[in-house]
Amino acid sequence: MSDGGATVVAEGLRKTFEAPGGGPLHAVGGVSMTLRAGELTALVGPDGAGKTTLMRMMAGLLKPDAGMLRVLDIDVAKDPQTVQDRISYMPQRFGLYEDLSVQENLDLYADLHGVPQNLRRERFGRMLEMTDMARFTDRPAGKLSGGMKQKLGLACTLVRSPDLLLLDEPSVGVDPLSRRDLWKIVQQLVDDENLSVIVSTAYMDEAERCAQVFVMHEGRLLAEGAPGALRERARGLTYVATPPSGTPARDLQARLIDAGTRIVDAVPKGGAVWFIRQPEAEERALDGLLIGIGYRSRPEELEDAFMMMLRQQQTKETHAAPEAPTPSPQAASNGNGDKPVIVVRDLVRKFGDFTAVASTSFDVARGEIFGLLGPNGAGKTTTFRMLCGLLPVSSGHLEVAGMNLRTARSQARARIGYVSQKFALYGNLTVRENLEFFGGAYGLRGQALRSRVAATIAQFGLEPAAISGLLPGGYKQRLAMATGLLHEPEILFLDEPTSGIDPLARRAFWRTITALAQAGVTVIITTHFMEEAEYCDRIAIQDAGKVLALGTPQAVREQAGLDGGADMNNAFIAIVEHGRAAGRGDGKGAGA
Amino acid sequence: MASFMATLSQIIALVRKELLALIKEPASRALLIAPAFLQALLYGYGATYDLTHVPYAVLDQSRSAASTELLARLDGTGVFVREATLTSSQQIAGVVDAEKALLVLSIPPDFETRLALSQSAPLQLVLDGRNSSTAGSAASHVGAIVAAYNASLGAGAPGIRVERRAWFNPNLESRWNMMPGLIAALSMLQTLVLAALSVAREREQGTFDQLLVTPLTPMQILIGKALPSILIGLLQSTIIFLIIRFWFEIPMQGSVWLLYFGLIVFTVASVGVGLSISALSLTMQQAMLYSFLLIMPLMLLSGLFTPVRNMPEVLQLATYANPLRFGMNIVRRVYLEGADLIDIWREFIPLLVLAATTLPLAAWLFRNRLS
Repeated sequence: MSDGGATVVAEGLRKTFEAPGGGPLHAVGGVSMTLRAGELTALVGPDGAGKTTLMRMMAGLLKPDAGMLRVLDIDVAKDPQTVQDRISYMPQRFGLYEDLSVQENLDLYADLHGVPQNLRRERFGRMLEMTDMARFTDRPAGKLSGGMKQKLGLACTLVRSPDLLLLDEPSVGVDPLSRRDLWKIVQQLVDDENLSVIVSTAYMDEAERCAQVFVMHEGRLLAEGAPGALRERARGLTYVATPPSGTPARDLQARLIDAGTRIVDAVPKGGAVWFIRQPEAEERALDGLLIGIGYRSRPEELEDAFMMMLRQQQTKETHAAPEAPTPSPQAASNGNGDKPVIVVRDLVRKFGDFTAVASTSFDVARGEIFGLLGPNGAGKTTTFRMLCGLLPVSSGHLEVAGMNLRTARSQARARIGYVSQKFALYGNLTVRENLEFFGGAYGLRGQALRSRVAATIAQFGLEPAAISGLLPGGYKQRLAMATGLLHEPEILFLDEPTSGIDPLARRAFWRTITALAQAGVTVIITTHFMEEAEYCDRIAIQDAGKVLALGTPQAVREQAGLDGGADMNNAFIAIVEHGRAAGRGDGKGAGA
Repeated sequence: MASFMATLSQIIALVRKELLALIKEPASRALLIAPAFLQALLYGYGATYDLTHVPYAVLDQSRSAASTELLARLDGTGVFVREATLTSSQQIAGVVDAEKALLVLSIPPDFETRLALSQSAPLQLVLDGRNSSTAGSAASHVGAIVAAYNASLGAGAPGIRVERRAWFNPNLESRWNMMPGLIAALSMLQTLVLAALSVAREREQGTFDQLLVTPLTPMQILIGKALPSILIGLLQSTIIFLIIRFWFEIPMQGSVWLLYFGLIVFTVASVGVGLSISALSLTMQQAMLYSFLLIMPLMLLSGLFTPVRNMPEVLQLATYANPLRFGMNIVRRVYLEGADLIDIWREFIPLLVLAATTLPLAAWLFRNRLS
């Protein structure tokens, strides 16, 4: 393998599947690319861009329909086995054997790849050291945290030294700490072994670490180049605005993102609003939008360039210009104002001798957006399910709108809306049938039901006759929201609503949430996207069942002891690391 | 009244959703009618103990008028078909082993001589015991023919004569016994699986949580889940009933109303069992596994193939928890006997007890399954 040589060359590569509703789905539609050896290369793009299909073709697991694909100078379509003997591929969901221990998993994969015994000792030692798992070799893989599983997956992929490493979204659903560790390992391999690595990712900060970035969208290549070169596209268009004191950044962000002709994108960040100006709009045009609000330009980031590309694509394709559905003001403010809507005191939930949630306390006020943040397995979902009355508490006190939903009369549940983690509506029913059913379940009938369903369909821009299960991700999410809001609840529970949807749909989703909060609806939301904490009034960060930080995003950043400019990701890492160190100090191993 | 209407409309919404989801899912839609139809035909033709075709071989060492007449009687039944005429006793094992003949009739050389001397003339009958029940009935059939032949010889004084009269099934056709039982048995197969999948499917797909956070009470969810399964169970029973009545033309003695009343109670109890399985399972796979584990003993201990009376006492006791035993009894007795409610009300009690236990259990499990 020589530096500067090409590790993967594709020309006019195509792969078409049958779409779920019939008709062709061009997963990869004519891609030509050259990937250099000895480097980190990123494939970025929203869900459904074709990243996974492309990778599976490189790994010889899928045959291209047309075009040429050479990996390590071998035609993959003709000779997949030779390619597979020289590469390592880690799919999105790596096949760990959950009942086997860490060591047994490593042994198994070493056996499968025929790694000679004399090389194993040294290789295993190195992998366990890099992943910091030497302490856990006897633990069953099923008992590891999400981040550790992913690290073990990487270690198993690397039981032998490949010439090319393919990683398909290795950091999806992994907490920021494990994400950082994963990248450290990959970087080390590139530096030490001169390994060629191709990684697909939805995180722009990860793409920024790569030497070469390929931006994909709906099966086509939108752009390629070094991160620095791609960033150039947003040069001079990026700003940061400070909202008037006392108003949440999300209000200003909502105003900016609504002004689509002048603003490409806006996100709340570090208490301010980061936004991108439309290239066609003059800088002067911003003044009319930001009356009395200070703003200054800021250095552009890869994320900015990526959002610009996506937005341009979106305006080109007339079919999808999802305007954020903004719900009408709710008839929700019928309570006395200041009493907290949700009260949680010393909440504990145990599963056997495992404590999923340990002594948690917090309040949520009416009209607040309250975020539960934490890595997978931190206890967010368990807390959330107890709040909704889906799971009994082991001990402690819990009140939602003045009662415990688990024991309250069933009508009390009509006051909450619930949107679950994965799409949990009836996939083979149409949009209208789903809405009508849930409307009926909430006790709406006759004329009231018909008018609410019609209003909701109009409000959320849904296609009533579409089969729910075949909707694209963003629309599924929207239907789930519409269903949760059909009966105009006072409190809305959202469990990881934004995982697996693309950045534009996420913006639209949060626009809906900010509008709801303005209308007085209380929103409880869990997320593992740390940057989404910036939309919340207050957040709680959980790790290993314990609340490590609680307060406004600003207060949490300050608690992290980082400068005001620190983003939520770093604040999270600092707080969790500190929490785990303290936990170890107490003699309770919090390593998992 | 208003709150009752509200409760009712919530249940209707749920029932409507369940039925829509069933009909729109190609896999479950196919399960609704075709299996009941095919299985009813399959059992009707396939599951019979009646002898219609018995291949046999003969070793006639007598070669006399008497032996020829006896064989002519055997061949004349239309049931016994001579596959081979053997010439030596060494050949007997061969034809039986090769399943060419179910039985071999061996006539000794002195057959006619002994008959002429009014001595008893033994015949040897070699049976293929690998299929004991068929061999048994074939043997008794041969016995009957030989007895008739004896009588025609007028040898000795006529002994005791048994006049057989089989009630409810004059020709003792096993199909008559089997088929009405299928009205209960086949539809239970389907409803059990359908009900077992209904909650498990929602748990697996995450929609059950969404259902639990609505104001629907466990009782409403239970009714909403049970009704569609009951309706489909009755639909399947009806299909099988029509096939039995009009295709196989087995005459029905009792009242259709009583038959359906029995079927409803039976189906409710089976759906209760199915929903309990479903509420216990986290995935569809689990639900399928549990129901298949259950279906075999339910069928075996029902009396569909073998009478419950013949079972060891412990197993007879176990059959009280089997809805199929009583469901099938009700159906058979109403169909074949023309039994009235007064005759069979006892059969309803175990079914009602079962329904009153499993349905509330399922409702409780909806919310309280340990996760």
